[in-house]
Amino acid sequence: MPAGSRPERDHPVADGLGFDTLAVHAGVQPDPATGARTMPIYLSAGFVFDDTDHAASLFNLERAGHIYSRISNPTVAALEERIAALEGGVGAVATASGQAAAVLAVVTLMGSGGHIVSSSSVYGGTANLFRHTLPRFGITTSFVPPTDLDGFRAAITPATRLLFGETIGNPVMDLLDLEAVAEIAHDAGVPLLIDNTFATPYLCRPFEHGADLVLHSATKYLGGHGAVIGGLLVDGGSFDWESSGRFPTLTEPYPPYSDVVFTAEFGPGAFIARARAEGLRDFGAALSPETAFRILQSIESLPARMDRHVANTRQVVNFLAGASEVEWVRYPGAPGHPQPQLAGRLLPRGGGGILSFAVKGGRPAGTRFIESLQIFSHLANVGDTRSLVIHPASTTHQQLDDEGLAAAGIDQGLVRLSVGLEDPVDLIADLRRALTASQRPPGVP
Amino acid sequence: MSAYAYQGGRSGGSGPLVMMVHGAGLDHTVWRYQSRYLAHHGRRVLALDLPGHGRAGGPPLSSVEEMADWVGRQWLEPAGESVALIGHSLGALVALEVAGRFSGLLTRMVLIGSGAGMHVHPDLQAAADRGDVRAIDLIIGWSYSRRGRLGGHPEPGLWQTGVTRRMLERGLRSTLAIDLAATASYQRGRATAAAIRCPTLILIGREDRMVSRRAAAELAELIPGARLEVVDTAGHMLPLEAPETVRRLLGDFLPSA
Repeated sequence: MPAGSRPERDHPVADGLGFDTLAVHAGVQPDPATGARTMPIYLSAGFVFDDTDHAASLFNLERAGHIYSRISNPTVAALEERIAALEGGVGAVATASGQAAAVLAVVTLMGSGGHIVSSSSVYGGTANLFRHTLPRFGITTSFVPPTDLDGFRAAITPATRLLFGETIGNPVMDLLDLEAVAEIAHDAGVPLLIDNTFATPYLCRPFEHGADLVLHSATKYLGGHGAVIGGLLVDGGSFDWESSGRFPTLTEPYPPYSDVVFTAEFGPGAFIARARAEGLRDFGAALSPETAFRILQSIESLPARMDRHVANTRQVVNFLAGASEVEWVRYPGAPGHPQPQLAGRLLPRGGGGILSFAVKGGRPAGTRFIESLQIFSHLANVGDTRSLVIHPASTTHQQLDDEGLAAAGIDQGLVRLSVGLEDPVDLIADLRRALTASQRPPGVP
Repeated sequence: MSAYAYQGGRSGGSGPLVMMVHGAGLDHTVWRYQSRYLAHHGRRVLALDLPGHGRAGGPPLSSVEEMADWVGRQWLEPAGESVALIGHSLGALVALEVAGRFSGLLTRMVLIGSGAGMHVHPDLQAAADRGDVRAIDLIIGWSYSRRGRLGGHPEPGLWQTGVTRRMLERGLRSTLAIDLAATASYQRGRATAAAIRCPTLILIGREDRMVSRRAAAELAELIPGARLEVVDTAGHMLPLEAPETVRRLLGDFLPSA
């Protein structure tokens, strides 16, 4: 590059600012009262009104501002703006966990009688919610393998209000063809909600591929350090709720706010406005400002961390692919992954920091492998700076029966690794030691 | 052709009638932070969707003069009373022309982000003509202050440039190029402005790069008795970027019950 010339952006973002700039700055201005440059943690349950008219106006959605931290908070709002900017959406609501974000999306779109069509390759907690919990409230779900596009189309009924999937399926690492599934959803007049936790907006921005809503477990790469629990629900702002005719929560008068019609009042931000005004108000799964601050600060280093996660993971994948004790390895974009073209389209910067594989010798060998690791921590999380390992069939997806496991593509020997930011030489040495141990007969040290 | 005007979430209220006209490629939701407030504070509000915009049917109109006639005949004359008229950007030119054509029907006027005419950069017009999303990039880049493009908006959790982008995307498919051409070709502003007799408030963002402060000041000079307010740390999308300032200024200036 000639001296003084402007570097080319390899990840341009609309609105004229690059992703890395928005990751550091979006949503935060220097504090007008103190000059503080980072976002202050506003630990205040309530916010003082100027006068009674100001209070009434805020309560009636006439003016912008904060009332009570269950509904909004300045520190939390900065995080919400930042993720909306990074995903290329119109707004976001932060929640106490990723699970709370999923629930919030569902209850904002439907009530009893509603129906969801979901990829079968989803996080175990989501599968539990859809399969076991929501039916008690009259909301049912049909599960479809993520690659079965005809199955998605066939599963849609007049009651369907949502199509759901994960960019990178947990833990099988299969990819959802976002464009194709979005087209199926839109043909039926329903939105597509994508859990983008594994990819993060740094690696994939689902709205650019047709998705309408995105959620994150911010506990993972956005929080990035395995320290806090949080969730984010992001509105892409492009779904036409009025033309669909299936979403009275957004298109018909809502009595609690003087019969406000969210689509008429908020336009592209109708969904996320309702999610906040009703969902946080009534269900109350708000994120704490302290946690929001930690996630906000972690997002500043998201691009650098994701580059390193991807680089380390590629080295681990290469090592495992050549190890004689390994039956198979699955990582988006790597040899052996069944969707190379889709990986190139959705994840041009890499397949993330998570992979799955199977140790030869089935579940007993897998058990010995996990228990022999020293740097990898055996726990139920991903997206940490630390490298993590888990056996999904006995933990995160334990509630699935054999049929459910088969439908999710999880075999009994599958091991999931979340590759951290340690020296990859040390990680590979740890894996080498554990793989060797995995093949020893039981009882042999 | 189906016409539509948002009433600020309140029908059947009382007080003076206020009409609002949006800018190029936008719709009534650009008034999100003013229309609902005014409707619940002693005014009756009609935030119009111009033909082919938002919820309004019909083909878009191709000149400011046609739009002004449509506002007058579709909304002003049937109202049967005098109204306060507010316009933003292209909508401000329409309001100006309405004031010239239906002068007896206006009590007050507010022109936001406008001069007596508006130049449209040829790159912007060309991109809009092609239906190229670059047109939206240019509008957003030129319509928000440097600070506003980084967020920190008073509406919790809303990424305001993203909201604007989605509004304009709808227009890009249907109306934006026509609206911009109508904006650029409007030539009657200076003559019309000089004949205005209703009290007029002109608002311009200090960092507006679609319309210069000098053009807004010239407009204020042309309209007898007009008052100019320059809003700090804001660009062309004043109603969205500086919602509280615009709401306060409108609330103070417009008649109420």
